[in-house]
Amino acid sequence: MGGKTLFDKVWDDHVVVPESEQTPAVFYIDLHIVHEVTTPQAFNMLRENKLPVRRPDLMLATMDHSTPTVPVKDLSVLDDPAISAPEPAKQIRQMIVNCEEFGIELHGFGDHHRGIVHVIGPEIGATQPGKTIVCGDSHSSTHGAFGALGFGIGTTEVGHVLATQCLLQRKAKSMAVNITGKLQPGVSAKDIILALIGKIGVDGGTGHVIEYRGETIRDLNMDERMTICNMSIEAGARAGMIAPDETTFAYMKGRDKAPQGADWDTAVKRWKSLKTDADASFDKEVSLDISDLEPQVTFGTNPGMVVSISKPIPKIGDLSFNKAIDYMQVKADQPMLGTKVDIVFVGSCTNSRMTDLHSVAKMLDGKKVASNVRMMIVPGSEALKVQAEAEGLHKIFTAAGAEWREAGCSMCLGMNSDKLGKGQLCVSTSNRNFEGRQGPGGRTVLASPETATASAIAGVIADPRDYI
Amino acid sequence: MEQLTQLTSKTTVLPIDDVDTDQIIPARFLTTTTRDGIGKALFADWRFDAQGNAIKDFPLNAPDIADCKFLVAGRNFGCGSSREHAPWSLFDFGIRAVISSEIADIFRNNSLKNGLVPVIVDNDTHQWLLANPGAEVTVDLEARELRLPTGKAVTFPIDNFARHCILEGIDQTGYLMQNIDNIGRFESNRSWQP
Repeated sequence: MGGKTLFDKVWDDHVVVPESEQTPAVFYIDLHIVHEVTTPQAFNMLRENKLPVRRPDLMLATMDHSTPTVPVKDLSVLDDPAISAPEPAKQIRQMIVNCEEFGIELHGFGDHHRGIVHVIGPEIGATQPGKTIVCGDSHSSTHGAFGALGFGIGTTEVGHVLATQCLLQRKAKSMAVNITGKLQPGVSAKDIILALIGKIGVDGGTGHVIEYRGETIRDLNMDERMTICNMSIEAGARAGMIAPDETTFAYMKGRDKAPQGADWDTAVKRWKSLKTDADASFDKEVSLDISDLEPQVTFGTNPGMVVSISKPIPKIGDLSFNKAIDYMQVKADQPMLGTKVDIVFVGSCTNSRMTDLHSVAKMLDGKKVASNVRMMIVPGSEALKVQAEAEGLHKIFTAAGAEWREAGCSMCLGMNSDKLGKGQLCVSTSNRNFEGRQGPGGRTVLASPETATASAIAGVIADPRDYI
Repeated sequence: MEQLTQLTSKTTVLPIDDVDTDQIIPARFLTTTTRDGIGKALFADWRFDAQGNAIKDFPLNAPDIADCKFLVAGRNFGCGSSREHAPWSLFDFGIRAVISSEIADIFRNNSLKNGLVPVIVDNDTHQWLLANPGAEVTVDLEARELRLPTGKAVTFPIDNFARHCILEGIDQTGYLMQNIDNIGRFESNRSWQP
């Protein structure tokens, strides 16, 4: 018998009833994050079946997807059509009703920890090594950065977890991604994950849980590890994990929901066992050396259509490729560098944390956003906003001409009023460049916060290495 | 959940690879708190122009689309967001099976919970289906078999439990609820508490 992977260990610890040929495993969930968009129909299911929420104490509720990124002092603000359409406003109000009715604590407007689901879990210390964490949002893979097993679920499954704290699951396969090399200046974690998706494709991880391993990963801070795990789903993977280490524990210590006192020591002892055994094997292995990695930018309409910033767009020529470059109004054999930019968006569950805000502030300090560009900076949570302002970062942003907005998913998916217009090009630190993702007809170029900031200053897609 | 054992119908073909759930239903339609009429939003930005007029050459706008209960799609259909609104909108539109050489994990899982059958076939069969839109095929869930008008029959993989639920027209929540005592015991016996 070989040893166990990190994924095996977390899986085994949560099996209530093992899977058989006829039935999937009954699988326990330790933390369920709920938001306003993918839960209303699940709460309706509970009402129809007269079921309570089994463990309200294991729910973490907030509002992020369809919320406006202007201040909401009270809910009447949502009735202003310039701020919110009626449907999202209704959804937000319904979330408040649902949480009250089912006894779930809601981090709503004005709460220090309202924010993007995958930002607040780690921020309050609810995201912990060895936990199973789900949310009706595919970027739940973010929590894997702590050695948790985090994955996205649909609304039917949201109902399952609300009612039983369990899911019906078949165990996924395992995949090791070994990353070696040291990042060059101006190149960041976002570039690593974009390069990986470019290498293995948007279905390269389908059916698998990825474990990111290697010296490069060990050198990354928690914000950077979250950026990498966050986009596991963009390679089709069910989840992405990183074994916890001293960096993880240092980040967590003292956070509200993290264990305290003697419980902390007991927990750290348990967490230290959460690593892949030396004699364990994976179903699939991939290696990536990032020593010479350049900043990455996408040119097409999925995150796998990505190119190094100094290189031309490759000529692939199949139907999907042609449809993508036609939509993006770019040409094969031409570089993305120098393409005119309309909007720069810094935010989302991929890149809206302090590390990202620091990088942007450092590059923007004393500079101006080009006159043809609207730059929006949207922190991942209300707590991050407060922290950034305490450090004076907002003054740098606004002095440069960027907008400093309220926390939320914002222009990552265009569910609120932050949308691209038809044909507008946005350099975005978010995770998806799908057609119309940021607004119908909008064109998205995914990049790191560094590349986004360089492009905001230049007014065209620019190489951050020229601006640091 | 609607029951399905065996169904014969024409196919509609969308030969694009990596169709993501943002295309199947754009995020602006996720502001609903119900599932009513969600089929109207299916492929909204590919079916309609900015003025709301139907784009004639889009396959789902074909005059005989009501007769096409199977969608043949390019590789890696349903990637991206976990929104269950994607299978809801396909089902509400009238689609009962999605056939491809590869279907993204979360979409496939969500489909199974709604009686929308994900049919994964080998490359040769996939290529034939892509090249023959409107072909009348049979999805036999009982036999786990897809039958083509050429006489060829291929088996497709499907989780036993999900298949059982669709064959019987029952949802999966009931099975979880039957395990509520096991869940309680698990919670009391854990070596640590979340």
